[in-house]
Amino acid sequence: MRLRIVHEIVYAFDPPANGAIQTLRLTPRGHDGQFVVNWRIEVDHDCRLSSARDPFGNIVQSFNTDGKLDGLAITALGEVETHDMAGMVRGQSERFPVAVYLRDTQLTESDQGIRSFAAEIDAASPPDRLSTLHALMDGLHDAMEPGETEDDRAIAAFAARKGDARALAHVFIAAARHLGIPSRYASGYLFKPGSEEPDHSEHGWAEAFIEGVGWIGFDAACNICPTDAYVRLAIGLDRVGAAPVRGAAYGDWSAVPKVTIRISEAGTVKQP
Amino acid sequence: MLSRTADNLFWLARYVERAENTARILDAANRLAAMPIAYAGESNEWESAVAATGTLGLFKSLGKEATGESVVDFLAFSADNPSSIRSCLERARVNARTVRTALTTEMWEAINGAWLGLRDFNRLGDRVRLNAFLTYVKEASLRFDGSAYRTMLRNDAYFFSGLGSFIERADNTARILDVKYHLLLPEQESVGGGLDFFQWSSILRSVSANTAYHWVYRESVKPWLVADLLVLNEQLPRSLSACYGRICEFLDELSLAYGRQGPAQRVARSTRNRLQNATLEDVFQGGLHEFLTEFIGENSRLGQAITDQYLA
Amino acid sequence: MVVAFDEMGSSGDSCRPGYEVLKRWLESTPPDLLTTRRAEAELLFRRIGITFNVYGDEAGEERLIPFDIIPRILTKKEWSVLARGLEQRVKALNAFLADIYSKGEILRAGLVPDDLIYRNPYYRPEMAGLKLAHDIYVMIAGIDIVRVDPDTFYVLEDNARTPSGVSYMLENREVMMRLFPDLFAEQRIAPVENYPDALLATLKSVAPRSASSDPTVALLTPGPYNSAFYEHSFLADKLGIELVEGRDLLVRDNVVYMRTTEGPKRVDVLYRRLDDDFLDPLTFRPDSALGVPGLMSAYRAGNITLSNAVGTGVADDKAVYSYMPEIVRFYLGEEPLLQNVPTWRCREPDALKYVLDHLPEMVVKEVAGSGGYGMLIGPTADKKTIAEFAAKLAANPDDFIAQPTLALSTSPTFVDSGVAPRHVDLRPFVLTGGDKVRIVPGGLTRVALKAGSLVVNSSQGGGTKDTWVLDA
Repeated sequence: MRLRIVHEIVYAFDPPANGAIQTLRLTPRGHDGQFVVNWRIEVDHDCRLSSARDPFGNIVQSFNTDGKLDGLAITALGEVETHDMAGMVRGQSERFPVAVYLRDTQLTESDQGIRSFAAEIDAASPPDRLSTLHALMDGLHDAMEPGETEDDRAIAAFAARKGDARALAHVFIAAARHLGIPSRYASGYLFKPGSEEPDHSEHGWAEAFIEGVGWIGFDAACNICPTDAYVRLAIGLDRVGAAPVRGAAYGDWSAVPKVTIRISEAGTVKQP
Repeated sequence: MLSRTADNLFWLARYVERAENTARILDAANRLAAMPIAYAGESNEWESAVAATGTLGLFKSLGKEATGESVVDFLAFSADNPSSIRSCLERARVNARTVRTALTTEMWEAINGAWLGLRDFNRLGDRVRLNAFLTYVKEASLRFDGSAYRTMLRNDAYFFSGLGSFIERADNTARILDVKYHLLLPEQESVGGGLDFFQWSSILRSVSANTAYHWVYRESVKPWLVADLLVLNEQLPRSLSACYGRICEFLDELSLAYGRQGPAQRVARSTRNRLQNATLEDVFQGGLHEFLTEFIGENSRLGQAITDQYLA
Repeated sequence: MVVAFDEMGSSGDSCRPGYEVLKRWLESTPPDLLTTRRAEAELLFRRIGITFNVYGDEAGEERLIPFDIIPRILTKKEWSVLARGLEQRVKALNAFLADIYSKGEILRAGLVPDDLIYRNPYYRPEMAGLKLAHDIYVMIAGIDIVRVDPDTFYVLEDNARTPSGVSYMLENREVMMRLFPDLFAEQRIAPVENYPDALLATLKSVAPRSASSDPTVALLTPGPYNSAFYEHSFLADKLGIELVEGRDLLVRDNVVYMRTTEGPKRVDVLYRRLDDDFLDPLTFRPDSALGVPGLMSAYRAGNITLSNAVGTGVADDKAVYSYMPEIVRFYLGEEPLLQNVPTWRCREPDALKYVLDHLPEMVVKEVAGSGGYGMLIGPTADKKTIAEFAAKLAANPDDFIAQPTLALSTSPTFVDSGVAPRHVDLRPFVLTGGDKVRIVPGGLTRVALKAGSLVVNSSQGGGTKDTWVLDA
């Protein structure tokens, strides 16, 4: 599929901020299931965008603006060609030993509830890791009601049995790590054909590592391994680590931007 | 020097000055209120005292009635009033503590001691107690000023703290005059009599200028001369003119030290020029109230310009 | 319990080397003079220390950590053994950190289990692959040392994050020199007052390559409400550098500046006393208002040196500590000069079994924590406490290590009953620069003021002493 993505992030500062600084993980990288045809980032203020790789391999851009500003708009846009790889992430260099992906973070900590849930699923599913992970995805999809949550920590979402895709990913990660399966968070876009309404936040799902197989994505919210409708933006230990935008404005630290994401099919390329 | 350090010094000086000014206003109000109505007039001295500190809006929004007790509490101790003497001394100490190393030991001890001593004045039983408290606050401020004057290096730290003192002082003098401006209108000259006399001398008292007045004018208290003294007289340390003389000096020192000048210097010089060129007739022609309102606005614009240029 | 080794040799006429002058003086000094001196010391602390000690306390009153006027003494020989051991230890710590944040050779060699590092809360994935100026991570280390006999010093703990207490070392000496000028005149005692100079030189020596030839150093503090603020302010003052808070700094095009009245001024080295978590809300905790947004980008770009580096906490983890002898051998190819306290890693089943069987004799510590809160001191604990702790330990053995209860050495201390032996430890400060290692002779001696107590923490009845290293 060839997907066209326009991702707008708009801040309003009232009173005006005295300069802003932003860190973006807003540029997808290519791998076997995803080819970035073109991509660019636009900022409505003069600034120098410096680019670097973080230790997870994500492309990180950062910039700052000087002087007073009452708003700031960042737009990422481009086209990505995707192929259905049944969730497998291949052809991307991995920088960390997988043991790093067993770390707990504040958002992906597990409690007794999550641990028992994971253990029950593990006990009931066939012994191979892939089956366990599919059972975990199924189980979470059934156990959790979809919906927005204030608190997207795994523990909070699981206790409420409710969460959006990103909170579900945290629960999935917490459970998988508890079972000793390295797992991580992926942020990105999900194309929903026929949907006219733009999204107001990016999508998120989990990836888990199986020895001999590699990294595989699991989206418990949709109960599916990522297909060609998914575009993967960045990875991290949790949502915050893979967040497309982390920013601060001097004088207004807590401004929350308005996000609009539009995804459309850019034209079909025939499969051979 | 760090902008935050300069900002702390600037506000430290302002809070100390504000505490002292409020103490003087309370002192004057207390005196007037103690007089028989026949002498002091029927104006509510307590309400004018609140007005003179620029917190009348806040006072009224708290639904308070201006009585001796409520005003003393509001201006001296109330935590609801960010300009109460207690709040000022508390905030002064917080600022001082953050920039401890930019202060001399004497200054720190003056401010920390003033703050510690507040505990002895939690409640005021009677007027004697109030007088003791007001004296305490005035002395604390004198001690702070004196130790700054005698122990600080004459560098940017000194200039920023001086700017704070004089901007606050100018604001205060202008507000005291403004509250009483109706009494100083020249037309009322003929009214004369004991009643006005006590009002005028209370104004002079609130800026410690009672004796000064007599030294300068060598005649009985005349309203326009009171205005002349407090607005234009360069010799009186609390006059607008004198305050701006010092403000311009400090800003000049800063521009010399830093090798550049900006809006703060321009704003201050233009105000200073206007004060120097003005005559008492000009001031009254346009209306004293209008003059003072404009001055208070300009003074606060200068504060903002200093903040933008140096402190932010 | 075994009788502890006393550093002066209190029994009878025997006197250990180094203590001769002091012992003679103590014997010839009437107790009320000691009392007077102690009162004077307290007065001096309030006077010279007052400006700092007022900070932490909202009541505005100075809070003093108890100070004992009897110094703790080390001979030149004892110190030189210690100093060489300390230098070796800190070298190894730095090599270890440089390795685990790059190739991880020690993990590949199987000497340290990799999950101990990669799952450690103080390991920072954000540091992986980040090349530091001079490869130095721990510029300032505080190594806690205890002694059990004339020849054996153990390292109790490596403090590789933001070790504190050096202001006491400096103030203690200041007070002692005023109170006992004669004792100083009678023997040569190595000075410590050059510590601020040594620290500043160390910090300047690790400036990034993009810095000017005279780099700008600043001390980053969480602010006046931090309990160690007085030390931050004290050190900034002694070093003659700005004491900055996060909001005083800004990052422009990956360069760090401080806001001054003359406009932004570049900062090259930050001596930061702010924990990793709070350093940069764009990288670590997003809710931190104490940090500097964008600091880590500037760090990655090589435009600022943070001292200590980010992620050094993994090296002072108590479980990692137990591997220090292997770490020293692996990187330096030398035998460790300073011993570790024998340590059982409860993550290992055999060790756990041993520890559970011997709990009443052991000290059990939590690995990721610090400060002695999740700690069991077997010999002083009652049965119920031990049983409860055993359950905690059995449930999460990975979180604990255990050590035998050590008979820490004692040093004569002036307490209510007169001069009596009390247990002490020692925290020397090791400075590692791009040019060389600097160690000011001595350090901070902490003393447990309660008879028999082994806990020297100031929060639990501990005090401090001046530490004299004889220079002859």
